[in-house]
Amino acid sequence: MILVFVETDATGATEVSRETVTFARTLAERSDGPLHAVIVGDRPAGVLDQLGGYGVSEIHHATGDGVAAYGGAAWAAAVQAAVSATDADVVLAPGTPRGMEVAAHLATRVDVPMAANVVGVSDGTGADGAPLRVARQVVGGSVLEEMVLPERPAVLTVAGHAVVDEPGAPATAALREFSPEIAEADLVARVVSIEAAEADLSSAALTSARVVVGAGRGAGSADGFDAAAELAELLGGALGVSRVVTSLGWRPHHEQIGQTGSRISPDVYIPCGISGAIQHWAGCASSKTIVAINTDENAPMVTKANYAVIGDMHEVVPAVNAEIKRRRG
Amino acid sequence: MTASDARSASPARAIPATARVVVIGAGIVGNSLVHHLAQLGWRDIVQIDKGPLPNPGGSTGHASNFIFPVDHSRELADLTLDSMRQYKELGVFTESGGYEVARTEERMEELRRRMSSARAWGVPAELVTPDHVVERVPFLDKDKILGAFWCPSVGVVDSLRAGTLFRESALALGALTVLSTVEVVGMDVEEGRIRRVRTTGGDIEAETVVIACGVWSPKLATMAGASIPLTPAVHQMISVGPIPQLAERPGEISFPIVRDMDTFCYERQHGADMEVGSYAHRAILYDADEIPSIEQSKLSPTELPFTADDFDPQLEQAFELMPDALGADGAEIRYAINGLLSLTPDGGPLLGETPEVKGLWSAAAVWIKEGPGVGRAVAEWMTHGHSEIDVHHADIARFYPHQRTRAYVRSRTSEAFNKTYGIVHPGEQWDGERGKRLAPMHAAQRAAGAEFFETVGWERPFWYRSNEALLGEYGDRVLPRENEWDSRWWSPIINAEHLAMRERAGIVDLSAFAVFDVVGPAAEQAVQGTVVAQAAVADGRVIYTPVLDAKGGFRSDLTVMRLAHDHYRVVTGGLHGMADLKWFADHAPAGAAVVDQTSAFTTIGLWGPRARDILGRLTDADISHEGFPFLSCRRIELGNIEVLASRISYVGELGWELYAPMEQGARVWDLLHEAGRPDGAVPVGIGVYGTTGRLEKGYRAYGFELDGDRTIVEAGMGRPKVKNAGFVGRDAYLAQRAAAPQAVLCTMTVDDHTSAAGGKRYMLGGEPILTRDGGTLTDGHGHHPYVTSAGSAPSLGAHVLMAYLPPDQATVGNELAVSYMEELYPVTVRSNDATPLFDPTNERIKGQNSENAEP
Amino acid sequence: MTNVLVCIKRVPDAAGEVTLTADAQAVDARFVGFTISAHENCAVELAVRIASQEGSGTATGGTATVLTLGTDDAVEQLRTALGLGCSAAVLIEADPAGYGPADVAREIAAVVERGAYDLVLLGNDAADTGDFQVGIRLAHALGRPVVNGASTVEVSQEEGTADTAIARVAGPDGVETYQVPMPAVVTVLEGGVEPRYPTISGRMKAKKVKIETVAPQREPSGSGRVRLLLPPAQPSAVEVLGEGPDAAKAVVDLLEKLGVAR
Repeated sequence: MILVFVETDATGATEVSRETVTFARTLAERSDGPLHAVIVGDRPAGVLDQLGGYGVSEIHHATGDGVAAYGGAAWAAAVQAAVSATDADVVLAPGTPRGMEVAAHLATRVDVPMAANVVGVSDGTGADGAPLRVARQVVGGSVLEEMVLPERPAVLTVAGHAVVDEPGAPATAALREFSPEIAEADLVARVVSIEAAEADLSSAALTSARVVVGAGRGAGSADGFDAAAELAELLGGALGVSRVVTSLGWRPHHEQIGQTGSRISPDVYIPCGISGAIQHWAGCASSKTIVAINTDENAPMVTKANYAVIGDMHEVVPAVNAEIKRRRG
Repeated sequence: MTASDARSASPARAIPATARVVVIGAGIVGNSLVHHLAQLGWRDIVQIDKGPLPNPGGSTGHASNFIFPVDHSRELADLTLDSMRQYKELGVFTESGGYEVARTEERMEELRRRMSSARAWGVPAELVTPDHVVERVPFLDKDKILGAFWCPSVGVVDSLRAGTLFRESALALGALTVLSTVEVVGMDVEEGRIRRVRTTGGDIEAETVVIACGVWSPKLATMAGASIPLTPAVHQMISVGPIPQLAERPGEISFPIVRDMDTFCYERQHGADMEVGSYAHRAILYDADEIPSIEQSKLSPTELPFTADDFDPQLEQAFELMPDALGADGAEIRYAINGLLSLTPDGGPLLGETPEVKGLWSAAAVWIKEGPGVGRAVAEWMTHGHSEIDVHHADIARFYPHQRTRAYVRSRTSEAFNKTYGIVHPGEQWDGERGKRLAPMHAAQRAAGAEFFETVGWERPFWYRSNEALLGEYGDRVLPRENEWDSRWWSPIINAEHLAMRERAGIVDLSAFAVFDVVGPAAEQAVQGTVVAQAAVADGRVIYTPVLDAKGGFRSDLTVMRLAHDHYRVVTGGLHGMADLKWFADHAPAGAAVVDQTSAFTTIGLWGPRARDILGRLTDADISHEGFPFLSCRRIELGNIEVLASRISYVGELGWELYAPMEQGARVWDLLHEAGRPDGAVPVGIGVYGTTGRLEKGYRAYGFELDGDRTIVEAGMGRPKVKNAGFVGRDAYLAQRAAAPQAVLCTMTVDDHTSAAGGKRYMLGGEPILTRDGGTLTDGHGHHPYVTSAGSAPSLGAHVLMAYLPPDQATVGNELAVSYMEELYPVTVRSNDATPLFDPTNERIKGQNSENAEP
Repeated sequence: MTNVLVCIKRVPDAAGEVTLTADAQAVDARFVGFTISAHENCAVELAVRIASQEGSGTATGGTATVLTLGTDDAVEQLRTALGLGCSAAVLIEADPAGYGPADVAREIAAVVERGAYDLVLLGNDAADTGDFQVGIRLAHALGRPVVNGASTVEVSQEEGTADTAIARVAGPDGVETYQVPMPAVVTVLEGGVEPRYPTISGRMKAKKVKIETVAPQREPSGSGRVRLLLPPAQPSAVEVLGEGPDAAKAVVDLLEKLGVAR
């Protein structure tokens, strides 16, 4: 029995949740067991069909006052109730901030280890009584760790963008609603207010953009980002930067891509003057197509890119902008 | 198309299949070198660096980039002054002025010595009060210092920009192809000559390759089976800021640089930050193989993780000196590295063709302050066989095999690291790597209380405590010294041994000589073409001769014995013996081979009026003046030992050098002592042989009076005729003889040693010679005279100085002054040619004073 | 008065190409050295701000104590934090290799229970092991509330009410504010504050602080690590579109082909 904690938004399961469900389905197929999902709080319309299409046979939906708003401990208590109800062998959560938090609370509550940022299962199914052996990302994604989860249920989170989001045959999942008891102690840490962040203070634009233009040390100074920002605007995308740029105070932190910044997975990523240190790569490796602009043809960013232009970003980017504007007339 | 396709297809990436010369490294040295090679007409120069430009990640990239022009070494001072000139021409030099501050009286004394060097090299400088310092560096705590050495011409450079400009100059001449991010992975040597450089971009055929890649150089040399004996070592540096006092002035540097000499630290403004660097921490050494790749590094391969514990004491000392700046509100340690730089066993650069591989050159272990000058010197050397600035102290061929071992390099550099800002006495001895080369009579010497000094590994007795009794015999004739500095690494026993040798006889261990044979049918041609003196002499003749470079500067001075028609034996000083060996080998024609015999023979000198009596007790050979004339050599039997005896002397006495097989040396030593006992012969140390004996006789020494900048004419060593046979430097020498000298080597004596404080002071060498009232003298080269050698002349009861004086000052009886520790002492010129002050007609050496001499 | 305990970890300062030790159990830090995780640097900054006597509005006065579990080598990181303004340090002396997140949380909890810490700050996740759970396990062991991924933390002290910690977290819908009663546990995410560098006087003070060394409570149960491995290097398949501004046309052609230029 495989249980997945699924994060949702108004449109249904989030992208990393869908990836996680895809990953969990493989595991369920290996153990020849059922795949269930648990969602907490709001249930978006169509989610039964959506997850059913990923092979989820049953959705456990936790409702009630205690879990209406997000709280790590409270939501973990809800998931824990579903784990008890289903006697799950493996519990998976998306490798997002909330997925991590819920999984960690859960593992703590049931007193088992948790593996974060798993990218593969090398041994076991979780259901066969043998320890589950997983591979997970450590050191900002530049190293893999083989780790054993000897206890049941095995709790793990699946690294974002490490698995391809792949629906299966259309189907509809069954729904089981339940109202877990939430202890007062689990409600202490809760959000008291949310300020809808101004667009330019949030990383949401960056993580959701189809096109990201990156700029690194090659920008040269705080004034060196105009052309890159213009290109992002011309392409309807967002500007992202490397860690050194925020460390130098040239750009705000919410624009940072990387291990300690945002992880992005746009259709096209255009890193300009970014050498491609591992911390940065950890945040952009899931981009579908990378077009690097760099003076150094041996920079890791260039060798890892799909396409590259060898040249100074201060010359190349304005020329690209001009060409786009010329074609648009 | 893949990246590699694109690279090979792109013309900018094409790796040439051949090159006239490949320069590996694009730091300050490699960049300067390609510029100067191009200026000297070289074309098809290929420069390779594994890193990106303009900062490929070597030591140049994190250098502090400041230059203090004064060094006690003239060679390094010359290179620095030339480098400063080049940096200024490139427009990358900013003059800031600099202080070396003293916290102790001992350091003040060292700063006075600093002044001597500044005056000698003509660098404007003065000793100043703490008030002078705080006037320009107001945030320095003046109560912490006693005074300072102020050098207004100190400045900072942009060494990366200089490198770019150097490359661009060579590129503009069409002389250069630069390959960045291309790594050398191998070198092919065929029949002892470099043929090919293998790179990640393909192979390049080249007959000349220069390794100029700093800390990586040993690794590259190993690829070719050569050795570049340096070790990467950590120099810690932090950057503290922003400091308001610095930030309020525009530009990179507006405050003088401060070297806090007693704590081995410096403070150098860099914009709003203060860089604090240290040479005080423990020596942290790496191997060239251990340096991370660019990909593995956090900052760059030569900016390694800072080890804060090692720096903490310096932090406190720096704070103490500049509390207002370094403790300013908001001033944080923003950058801290363990930066790698290159250290060598003797602190000198490693320049020249490697002795192991023809065509493979080294230009490594060079500081920013010498980089452009080294580039020029090496380019000239590669082009002409010599450079304008004499760089023989930096010749990579100077090392003996044991000095190239990893263990030796690490041990010596560990010991030397803290001497970077240390007070180093000219006679200072090393603690480590001692006892590595022992003369066969070492045990006997130790029993005689020898005080051993080390020269190229050899333990050489400088004096013998067994001779202490002589002090009573000679009393004040031994010229005792009362000042601690003057008498450090010195003993009056030296002068007592000297007097005993002059009166009776002395036995001198000369095992440290370098000895090599020139053999083969072309041996005469080989020697004749290399030395100045006539080498086509009868078998059994000994010649003493200069060796010149093509521009007529000294390469060496040495003795040559002709042992047979096809066999010469060359004997030269241990210090530069290996470089001499390479010079002879490089100039040997086909049919002549040069064979090192250094470890085969020990040499023992027996000199003094009783020498003939003593030797006569051991041999039946005819050693009379007629039977064994001066400047001849012959094999003689000492009982059952055969030795090669050579009648020559560097101390101006009757006697012989006896060459014995190394394994029989101890026996010969004992025999000579036994035979000498009736005449009161004593063992005599190198203190006599190297200083007092030769100075009285006006004998010049290579590395002191003689070097590449000096000529036979100026050194007063000319002979009436120049041989007809061709030899290296002949044309230049003939031209020198035809022209008036620009400087004349003179011998002076000090008239009064009394210092202002009342004690007597004795100069040790390196001091400037001035007019009696302290005025500057300048010779025809624009140089200022300084003392090349200084020492006692016990037979004369005087302290003798040698110096090259302007010709108009080089008159016997001329009254001048020597500046020592910033005080003037009167001196008088006693000789303006090679005429010895002692025994000017050389009666003693001829043996005429001996009772055995024929009338 | 707020007494803050900030937990840090000595981690390899991995930046470029990572190499592993021969036994594949650790990252080889020879060339890069060790550091404090970036998130924890921010936690130290927040701890020092909260505890500082002068400071801004967040300052309440109090103490900032830094803690780590590690070998003697980790003293280097403790001293760094002391140089940044922490006033005391605790070393739980143990080889961290054998300690899983549950072990570490238990050992920290033992220290917290002995001391009077109002607030425990940790990094959101360690730069090396990336476990994302020590803070939560610690809070659970202590029976305290926990907020994860805070960009900023302030302490609110009002007359008549218990002190609370106010933590701001970047959530999916905006900046979420948590207000939890103290004592509490908060894990910190980089980005909300600019960590300071040490000052010379700070570093000098740090040198003089005596570090309290404690022994672990019990044998660790382990981290579950079998071995580390490096992902296989992908051969470069980059297609170079050109050099310099002349390549602009090719770039725009490509962007149009990818459907993002219009």
